Amino acid sequence: MAEPMRIRATMAGDVADVKVLMNHPMETGLRKDAKTGQLVPAHFIQDVTATINGAAVLNADFGTGISKNPYLGFKVKGPKKGDKVVVNWVDNKGDKNSAEATIG
Amino acid sequence: MNALRRNVLKGAAGAGTVAIAVAAGLLKPTQAMAAWNKSAFEAKNVGDAMKGLGVAGPADSKEITIKAPDIAENGAVVPVEVTSSIAGTTSIAILAEKNATPLVGTYNMAGGTQGYISTRIKMGQTSLVRAVVNAGGKSYTAAKEVKVTIGGCGG
Repeated sequence: MAEPMRIRATMAGDVADVKVLMNHPMETGLRKDAKTGQLVPAHFIQDVTATINGAAVLNADFGTGISKNPYLGFKVKGPKKGDKVVVNWVDNKGDKNSAEATIG
Repeated sequence: MNALRRNVLKGAAGAGTVAIAVAAGLLKPTQAMAAWNKSAFEAKNVGDAMKGLGVAGPADSKEITIKAPDIAENGAVVPVEVTSSIAGTTSIAILAEKNATPLVGTYNMAGGTQGYISTRIKMGQTSLVRAVVNAGGKSYTAAKEVKVTIGGCGG
C-alpha cells in the first residue's frame, strides 16, 4: 500500500504553509462491494504525525470520516526556507508511509 | 468499635486511590494522543464522541471559523477549513454530527503550529460540521451547516 505521498511546503512571511496529499482508500467498513454485496472491510489512516527539522509540529488522528486520498493542510510559525518537513502515517492494518519535503 | 474504625479508614484510603487512578485516566486522552482514541472515534453520536475526547460543555466561540460549502454536491469530498484565533490553541477536533461515527479527525498542535487545519471529509447527509478547540485547558466550539445532496458514506 505504499503509494507515494505528496507534500508541498511554502513560506508565507514567517509562516510555513504545509499541504499534504496522502494516497489511501479510506474504507469506512460500512460500504458494500457493488458486485459481491459484501461489506468492504474498514481500511483507513489512523495516525498522522508531522515534524519540521525533527521537532513535532502536528499529530493528527483520523476517523473513517476523512475522504479518500486524504488532504491535510496546516500552518506552522517559525521555520525557515530549507527546513525539512517529514510526514508519517499509520493505518488500521499497520501499513505505514512516510515522505519528506523541503520548505521552499 | 476499633475494628470498624479501621475498616472505614481502609475504605477511605481505597477510594482515594481510585480517585487518583481515575484522574490519571482522565488525563490520558490529552497527554497520550499518540494512541488512537478508539472510544471517541467509534462513538455513534456527538455526545459520546465528546465524552471520548474528554470534552464537557464546550463554550460557543466566535473566534473559531469554519470554512465549508453551504451546499456540498458530493458528500464523499467536502472541503473543510477550521481556523481558531483563540490564543494557545492546542488541539482541534472536527465532527460531522449526523455521520454514523461523528468524529472525523483530531489534530494536536505543537511547536509553533497555528490553529488552522484544512481537510476534506465525508458526510452521509446534511448536518452540522462542528469544530471543538482546546486552548489553555478550556474547550470551545463552533458549527456550520452543510447541505449534502448526495451522501458520501456508501451503503
